[in-house]
Amino acid sequence: MSTLEDFRRETRAWLEANCPPSMRTAMPDGELVWGGRTVEFKHEDQRLWFERMRDKGWFCPDWPAEYGGGGLTQEQNAVLEAEMRRLHCRPPQINLGIWMLGPVVLEFGTEEQKRALLPPMARGEVRWCQGFSEPNAGSDLASLKTSAVEAGDHFVVNGTKIWTSYGDKSDWMYMLVRTDPVAPKQQGISLLVVDMSSPGIQAQPIDLISGKSSFCQVFFDNVQVPRHQLIGPLNGGWTLAKALLQHERRAMSKFGEFALPTHFDLLSIAGKYLPAPSASSPADIALRQRVFAMAMDEMAYSLTAQRMGEEARARRNVSGLMSIMKLVHSEQEKDKFEVLADVLGHRALGWEGEAFEAQELALTKAWLGSFAQTIAGGSSEVQLNVIAKRVLVLPEGGASKQGK
Amino acid sequence: MSLVYSEEQQLLADTAAEFLMAKSPVAAQRKLRDAGVAEGFDAALWREMVDMGWSAIPFPEAVGGLAFGCKGLGAVFEQIGRNLSASPLLSSVVLGGGVIELAGSAAQQAEWMAALIAGEKRIALALDEQPRHDPAAVALTATRDGEDYVLNGAKAFVADGIGADAFVVAARTGGLAGERAGISLFLVPAGAPGLQVSAMKTLDARNHANLVLQDVRLAAATLLGVEGEGFQALDAALDRGRVCLAAELLGATQSLFDATVEYLKTRVQFDVPIGSFQALQHRAAWCFAQLQLARSTVMAGLAALDDPALDAAARARMASLAKWKAGEVAHRISREAVQMHGGMGVTDELDVGLYLKRIRVAQASLGDGDFHVQRFGELSPQ
Repeated sequence: MSTLEDFRRETRAWLEANCPPSMRTAMPDGELVWGGRTVEFKHEDQRLWFERMRDKGWFCPDWPAEYGGGGLTQEQNAVLEAEMRRLHCRPPQINLGIWMLGPVVLEFGTEEQKRALLPPMARGEVRWCQGFSEPNAGSDLASLKTSAVEAGDHFVVNGTKIWTSYGDKSDWMYMLVRTDPVAPKQQGISLLVVDMSSPGIQAQPIDLISGKSSFCQVFFDNVQVPRHQLIGPLNGGWTLAKALLQHERRAMSKFGEFALPTHFDLLSIAGKYLPAPSASSPADIALRQRVFAMAMDEMAYSLTAQRMGEEARARRNVSGLMSIMKLVHSEQEKDKFEVLADVLGHRALGWEGEAFEAQELALTKAWLGSFAQTIAGGSSEVQLNVIAKRVLVLPEGGASKQGK
Repeated sequence: MSLVYSEEQQLLADTAAEFLMAKSPVAAQRKLRDAGVAEGFDAALWREMVDMGWSAIPFPEAVGGLAFGCKGLGAVFEQIGRNLSASPLLSSVVLGGGVIELAGSAAQQAEWMAALIAGEKRIALALDEQPRHDPAAVALTATRDGEDYVLNGAKAFVADGIGADAFVVAARTGGLAGERAGISLFLVPAGAPGLQVSAMKTLDARNHANLVLQDVRLAAATLLGVEGEGFQALDAALDRGRVCLAAELLGATQSLFDATVEYLKTRVQFDVPIGSFQALQHRAAWCFAQLQLARSTVMAGLAALDDPALDAAARARMASLAKWKAGEVAHRISREAVQMHGGMGVTDELDVGLYLKRIRVAQASLGDGDFHVQRFGELSPQ
């Protein structure tokens, strides 16, 4: 029987032989590979890396082999992740299905659903999007209204979903729908998976204060969804949704390990725009101190991400740490862009055109974009509720049922 | 560079936690304060700490240390912070011993290291002259006179200065106040003629002293290292002290935060525990998040002290990060703790005030937030 150390050796050798050197570098923006019906590669090495990892079953290393996974144990999976980190391997693809829906199907799906949904997911052939939020159901997700009415062997879905990332580019959606309009709100919800090419679905990109975005609003007009695409029990979707969101938090933190320092480097930008210390006014010096403090907080965050990884590998409970990551990161990003906008002065006030450098325009867009970060994926207020209730175990209050 | 304690380090932390909880709980610090003990610590307790080997932890075996590393020491300081335990571990071992280990000659090390580690003697670092810490601002002069040096000037805020057997005094032998070059380190015996030591009674009831040096004549053999080149060793020893103090701040803050969360769960107003109010929940949750960030920087600071692969600037940068973040978070949480405890928070009966006071002193010691932000910036590649 092969030991874990044998596995480590074999894995290291395989990665070294199969991960092209260009896939072991920091990933520039726009070089993410999204699995789906049509996969776009920017260059040949991306394709090679994608195909080799796919054929190895390592898009989902710890799923059972019978559903297209790599069949690794948790320990082996941890070794694989560590070795990929060691070699700075890029993730071969990004796929919401694998990270979020897959584990839920594995846990709650029927045998038929597992065989139908998981293998294509594991081969990176389906691009998934998420249909949770609605115009009137944001932080209070359970008040969602999109309805699915049973009609023989199918449901008829009507309503609208919002903030669906890449809703216009995805092949399938997993979505929460209301299947019992009279039950208490968390008890009338079900989880469906829907082919985005079904008649009656329309996805419309949303323009944000920062300009074009990947977010869409998706409209459902009498869309027929076969009954066998119901995951888990009818009206039992809320439990699955909570499981899904937990996987989201885990995936986000894993994704965080791969994510690179943003290309807006505080210190070098300050160096470019602020006068030299010898020529600085007291106001320049005060601003420079704010830049340094911000860079220090950024470092404190990345050290915390590192520490969380180490503690998890040492088998310590990291649920408390995990609960702060999204909150801290998104709030810090917002603060960082405020400081950067102050450093750039009127150079940060451009919208388009030749009068501004590309990086200046990008920074302005990123500043505007940062506002969405503390709202999307669980607002900061919801994150704070979660920490207060689950981590600090503070008592339930009448006015704060969110994040339970 | 690992950001978690190893099993051995964790074991040391657990032992320290048990020992301090039994022998040196916050109630014991309160007693020391009320009794007005001049040394600010319990000599018998210090003896026991020495017997447990704490004073030998950071030093190489060659000078009689355990070579256990600063991370192990940090684990002890965290527990010291939790209990607000007073001892000369920071002043005499980390700072005093640190300077002698880094700058002292073989003869000076032979004379002092074993005695410091055994707790038989104490050394205090006499550095600050201005109200705010700035090691380059040394103005106290040391003038060569034949074979001797003659020192004139004053030092303030000397931790554990009362009852120290000797002082490491930073003096200027060249250059101007504010310059790093020209600073020399001297070992000044407590009984040196012309040296006056007086108590500076600080709000944390610890031992701090003011020093006045008037024509203090020293043999050249008391010079530590090379004349005018003392800054580097001084700053390296200070960095050890800064990170250990950051660990102490972390422990104190953690303990105060735990007590505050407990209070939020038990204090009832308007017929409900006040911890059910979202206004307080969110503030407490933010404190928790900040405390996690502080812990990461302290662990990184400790790891940096032990990492021989880092250059001095990278190590110093990490030390400043740890002291800054631990200090900022301690400050924020101590203020919240008083506020959340309401009227009880401003009474002397509760321990909250003792934590607030110690945190304020520790935060100002060895560089406050502004100092370390500037230092981090200066050390950053730009």
